[in-house]
Amino acid sequence: MAKGRVSIVVERCKACGFCVEFCPTHVLALSSAFNSKGYHPPHVVHPEKCSGCDLCGMYCPDFAIYGTKAGELKVNKGTGGEK
Amino acid sequence: MKADPHGVLTGTHFIDGDHACCEGALAAGARFAAGYPITPSTEVVERFAARVPTVGGTFIQMEDELAASITLQGAVWGGAKAFTVTSGPGFSLMMEHIGYAAMTETPCVFVDVQRGGPSTGLPTLPAQADMMQARWGSHGDYEIIALCPNSPQECFDLTIKAFNLAEEFRVPVMFMMDEVVGHMTEKVVIPAADEIEVVPRRHTRKSVEDYLPYGSNGDMVPEMAHAGEGYKFHVTGLTHDERGYPNMTPQTQDKLVRRLQNKIRSAADRICVFEEDVIDGADVVVVSYGITSRVAQRAVQMARERGLRVGKLRLITAWPFPEKKIAEIAANVKALVVPELNLGQMVREVERAARGKAKTIGLPQAGGGVHNPDQILNAILEASRC
Amino acid sequence: MLNVIDDTVNPVEPFLRSDRMPHIWCPGCGIGTTVNSFARALIDSKIDLESLALVSGIGCTGRVAGYVKLDSFHTTHGRAIPFATGLKLANPKLNVVVYSGDGDLSAIGGNHLIHAARRNIDLKVICVNNLIYAMTGGQTAPTTPGHATTSTNPYGTFEPAFNLPHLVEAAGAVYVARWTTFHVRQLARSISEAFQKKGFSFIEVISPCPTLYQRRNKMGDGLDTMKYYKEKSKVKHAAPTSEVGLTLNGEIAVGKFVDRDRPDYQSMMRAQYVESLGERYIEEPEAECVCG
Repeated sequence: MAKGRVSIVVERCKACGFCVEFCPTHVLALSSAFNSKGYHPPHVVHPEKCSGCDLCGMYCPDFAIYGTKAGELKVNKGTGGEK
Repeated sequence: MKADPHGVLTGTHFIDGDHACCEGALAAGARFAAGYPITPSTEVVERFAARVPTVGGTFIQMEDELAASITLQGAVWGGAKAFTVTSGPGFSLMMEHIGYAAMTETPCVFVDVQRGGPSTGLPTLPAQADMMQARWGSHGDYEIIALCPNSPQECFDLTIKAFNLAEEFRVPVMFMMDEVVGHMTEKVVIPAADEIEVVPRRHTRKSVEDYLPYGSNGDMVPEMAHAGEGYKFHVTGLTHDERGYPNMTPQTQDKLVRRLQNKIRSAADRICVFEEDVIDGADVVVVSYGITSRVAQRAVQMARERGLRVGKLRLITAWPFPEKKIAEIAANVKALVVPELNLGQMVREVERAARGKAKTIGLPQAGGGVHNPDQILNAILEASRC
Repeated sequence: MLNVIDDTVNPVEPFLRSDRMPHIWCPGCGIGTTVNSFARALIDSKIDLESLALVSGIGCTGRVAGYVKLDSFHTTHGRAIPFATGLKLANPKLNVVVYSGDGDLSAIGGNHLIHAARRNIDLKVICVNNLIYAMTGGQTAPTTPGHATTSTNPYGTFEPAFNLPHLVEAAGAVYVARWTTFHVRQLARSISEAFQKKGFSFIEVISPCPTLYQRRNKMGDGLDTMKYYKEKSKVKHAAPTSEVGLTLNGEIAVGKFVDRDRPDYQSMMRAQYVESLGERYIEEPEAECVCG
């Protein structure tokens, strides 16, 4: 299991690209989806590489993404995923 | 509540208006002043600088009036009663921050010891030419309260009133002295602390969850909180809603600015203070304020000795302007004489409020010295012939 | 694949007025990034948020005050520092942060900047420097490097720019650092260090303004600028501040330039009064004289 997990607040994203660029393990890429403002938010392409370092969160100027370490997560069956 | 005795210099003093003003501020509970030197006001803060370290509080001389006028507001939000003093050129510099105080509803007092202007003008000589500026000097629609003392005793008493009005209405109050009142030395009686009524800050008692920084409480004056108490509130000069958040729409603008205006206007009857003397049956009434009212007093006396029916109205509150009182007087007299140390400022308000029911005769003077009683007497004589 | 209950919270979220998101800053603007570092510093320093006040001026960075969930004051242009001074003097227990932009702090606010540094007022000043007046449409600022294009220098700037670290060090600041929005962790650490210091601390953060500064000067977007910062920055702790001036395309010296100790304003004030007045000196007013 990955050491960390990324959460994305899709509606806040302005597609600046900082998170994609500065993720040390290249977990993210800009998606082809749109949010309601017309921006392409990022999505997770390599979830297994996420360390939960939260550098994406530190860089995001829109408070639209953050990383959490696996030890801090609860696990259950059910829908999770992006907000 | 009663005044804090630490700040009350009870006793009979022989001091000038500037010094009395400082004592009034201390008696009112002011424990913070930020100032910048400018003649003829500097003595107010010089005395404060000498007094406050043994009373408890802070004085800081800032690098300019722009700083002084906003530093005092930071102190208010930090929990103090605060004021600054200045004269014409500094008053002009402070205008943006007077507007900020009005917009953010920061209770505070700005003392203007008026001198000849415009610009550098006559630093050591009197004028009363900042009266309109006191009301309209900052941009936008807002209301302030302005008081005009005419003696050192009033510099003490009315400064306390200025602070009380500031707290009651959460508004900046302009204390409009002039160089003569500021530098004249007279007897000033300072009573015991428990004889002085002081209005406390309208501090909220609501919980953090329920508190709205700019929520109206039925009387259009919101409750205040101070930084460091856990309310985590926001204050901005931008047009804002009840949460204090910027909300820049015509609707919010209308609601906010009208409330800022109405909180004062609706209470004008309570706020306006004036002194009337034998107005019933008078043909002519002299309307004056500040140092000019002392000269007017002599002129009216001289006129009465000649058998003329002359009354006197002294404005103690210049703003809000006592329109109702003037309208009432104008309906019953032939003429209103308005001597001022300017080329016609408050006379415009008198004329407006009189609505043509009585003739309004201004007696302007460019400043630099006070009127001669004969000049006012001649104006009264001329008015009687109307 | 295992699914997780997403009840995690962005570490910065408790510091934000979430009801006001999304904010007004442009895509690729660095101001929001600096707020993350600020939040990280608050967490790491274990600052009591109830005795923290944040004061800002006018401009894009000035809007920070409205987005943080703290006692926050959005004041007038250039006057955040004197307002903050009044706040601190009236309530010395407050930790007072000034968060404002380069134009606000060094042009219209320049006089207050140098005097507060001279006096060593205990303030933590975070100056987000995007080298331009952004909010009003991209006019020249005292920090705009020579030969840049702005709306008030459409044919190129020619004035020398302020070297802000040099200016505030000369004026008396006890802590002076510069980072860029690329240096998110180092910035957070500098802010934490500033919280440990008593006196006037000044942290400059170079930040992109993709809409105006970068666009008019054909420097790409926010991401291009972040990569540019990564490439051009050179960490030079303790460098002489006279040597850290910025140019249009040159090296960006970053690091902690000044970290010294001087008594702060309030200590000096107290010492002076105690010496002159002895026991007659009363520092704090009666608690009840304002609210009753």
